[in-house]
Amino acid sequence: MKYENMIEVRDLSATIDGKKILSGVSFTARRGDITVVIGGSGAGKTTVLRHLLGLYPLTNGYISVLGKDISSITEKEQNKLYLQTGVFFQNGALLNSMTVGENVALPLVQHTDLPESLIREIVLMKLGLVNLEDSFNLYPSQLSGGMLKRAALSRAIVMDPPLLFCDEPGSGLDPLSMESLDYLIMNLKNRLGMTIVMITHEIHTILRLADKIVFLHRGNSLFEGSVEDALSSENKDIKDFFSVVNKRKQSPLQNNSPESNL
Amino acid sequence: MPAGKQKRTKYNNHSADNNFFRMEGSNLLFMKELKTEQCDDLINFIRQMMDDPELDLVKFDLSGLEDIDSAGVITIFFAKQMLADKNIKVEIVGGSPQICKKIELFRPGQKEIKSTVPKKKIFELVGEKTHQLFSSYIYDFLILGSSVSYYAIRDLFNRKSRRKGEFLTQSVLIGVNAVWIIVLMSYIIGLVIALHSAAQLRDFGADIFIVDIIVIGTMRQMGPLIAAILVAGRSSSAIAAEIATMKVTTELDALKTMGLDPVRFVVIPKIYACMFTMPFLIILANTFGIAGGATAAYSYLNLPPEIFTNRMSEIVQNKDLFTGLVKSQVYAWIIVLTGAFYGFRVERGAEDVGRATTVAVVVAISLVILADSILGLLFY
Repeated sequence: MKYENMIEVRDLSATIDGKKILSGVSFTARRGDITVVIGGSGAGKTTVLRHLLGLYPLTNGYISVLGKDISSITEKEQNKLYLQTGVFFQNGALLNSMTVGENVALPLVQHTDLPESLIREIVLMKLGLVNLEDSFNLYPSQLSGGMLKRAALSRAIVMDPPLLFCDEPGSGLDPLSMESLDYLIMNLKNRLGMTIVMITHEIHTILRLADKIVFLHRGNSLFEGSVEDALSSENKDIKDFFSVVNKRKQSPLQNNSPESNL
Repeated sequence: MPAGKQKRTKYNNHSADNNFFRMEGSNLLFMKELKTEQCDDLINFIRQMMDDPELDLVKFDLSGLEDIDSAGVITIFFAKQMLADKNIKVEIVGGSPQICKKIELFRPGQKEIKSTVPKKKIFELVGEKTHQLFSSYIYDFLILGSSVSYYAIRDLFNRKSRRKGEFLTQSVLIGVNAVWIIVLMSYIIGLVIALHSAAQLRDFGADIFIVDIIVIGTMRQMGPLIAAILVAGRSSSAIAAEIATMKVTTELDALKTMGLDPVRFVVIPKIYACMFTMPFLIILANTFGIAGGATAAYSYLNLPPEIFTNRMSEIVQNKDLFTGLVKSQVYAWIIVLTGAFYGFRVERGAEDVGRATTVAVVVAISLVILADSILGLLFY
C-alpha cells in the first residue's frame, strides 16, 4: 500500500431529490489518523459518508478510498473494498433475526473458508474486545443501547479492516457509555493502527479522539485541520460550533481505559 | 351618535358579546387575553369589517391586553393581512413589554412559503405517471426479477452462500404456518360451491356430475388459487414488512458494506422456501377442497364416498396435477418478488413500511389472479 491518504475527496457535490446537499466538499484522511467530519444538523455529514461507502452514486467530484477511485470501480471491486473497510452504523444496524454471535460472524462466514469452530473463537475474541462475550447468544433486541453499539463495533472490526467508518457512534448514549465507546475507538487506532473516519457532532468525542477535523457547513467543507486550529479559528460558524467547548474546557482523554481489554 | 358607536353596531353579531375585543371608532381594542379560544371570533369579526366600504384604517390597540399566546399572535398578523388584502391599512399600537416580547417571539416568518410542487396539468400528470410506471416500477421489478433468478440458480450449486437453517426457517414461516388456514378455507369453499352446484344438478337428475364439477374445478382452478391468495396475503406482506424495516434501520446498508448482496441474502432463501412449500400447499388445498365437496355431495345428494372416489379416479388426469405444480412455481415467484419489490422501495419511516405492506398484498393477490387467468387459458 503506497498511498498515504486512505481517503481523498475532491470537489464532491451531490443533489438528492432535487435538493443540493453537498457542493464542493474536499478533504483527506491520513493513514492511522482519526479524521472527524463535523458540522451541525443538515450540514451533509451523512451524505458524505454514504458517498464514501458507495451507497450513493458519485455524480460530481472525485473520491478515492484505499487508493481506489470509486467512480470507476466495478461492483466486484467495490465488494472487495467493502471487505477492507468496517462500518459502524449510527443505530448499530445489527440484523435482528440473528444473535449477536451470528451477526459478528456473518462477514467471516460469508467471505472466508474458515472452519466454524475457528470462526466462533474469532467472534468470541472480538466480542471480548468490547466486553460482550456473554452476549454471544443474545438477540439485538435483548441488548441495551450501549451494548448494541459495542456489538456493532465488534462486527465492524471482525475482518480486521485497515479503515473504519463510524457514523455518529455516541448518539443516544449516556455520557459514561459514550466515553467508554470513545476509549474503544481510540484503542483501535492506537493498538491496531486503524484509520478511522468518524461522523459526529458530539463535542466531547471530537476533543477526545480527533487527530484532524473536517468542518462541514451547508454542504461545504469550511475547515480542515487540527482540533487546536479549529478551536482558534476565526470563522463564525466554526466558532459557534465550538462555543460550548470553549466554555467547558474539556481535557483530552488518556489512553488507559477502565473497560476495554484492547 | 358618535362614529365609534355606529361602527360597533355594524359588527355586532356574536362577536359583540365577547369581552376580549371591541371596535371603538377605527380602533379595535383588545382586552384581557387573546388566546386560541378567541381566535375564531376575532377572524369572524374581521370578516365583517372587511365588508365595510367606509373603513380604510384600523388600529389594533393592544394596551388592554394582559396575555396572548402563539395562536393569538398569528391571528393578529393573519387579520392584518386579511384587511390589507382589502386595502384597509392596519397599525398595531400599544401592548405591554411582555406582550411585545411574545409578539416578537411568535410573529410569523417573513418569508413567503412557496409550494415546492408545481401544479401540473392533467395530461402532464398522466404522462408522468405512465413514464414512472414503466421507467420505475416495471423496470425495477424486472431488474429485481432477473437478479433473483440469477442468484436462485447460482446458489443452488453454491452451498456456502446459503445461510444455515434459513431455508428451514422460511419454509416454516411461509409454508407450514399457512397449513391450517389453507385447510380450513379450502374445505369451506369446496363445501359451499358443491352445495350450490348440487341444488342445480339435482333438478336435472345429473347428481353424479357433481364430482366432475368439484374435482375439476378444485384441481384446475380453486385449489391453487385459494392456496396462492392465502399465502400472498400472509407472506407478501410479511416479506415486504421485513425488508422495509431492514431498509429503514439501515440493516440492508450494513449488508452491502459487508460485501453481501441484500437480494441474495434476504430474498433467495424466501424464494427457495416458497417454491418448495407451494406445491404441498396446493395439494392440501385440492385435497380439502374436494373433501368439502364430497361432504356436501354425501349430505345433500346422498352420493356415497365410494361412488364419489370411483368417479373421481375416472376424471382426474395427470395434466391436472402438472398444472397445479406449474402454477405453484409461478405463484411462489409472484408472492416473494412482489413482497421484496415493495420492501426494497421503502425510503423512510414507519408510514412507508405500512404503505409498502398494504400495497404488496394487494398487488400480489392481483398478480396471482391475473397469472391464474393466463395459466387457466394456457392449460385449458
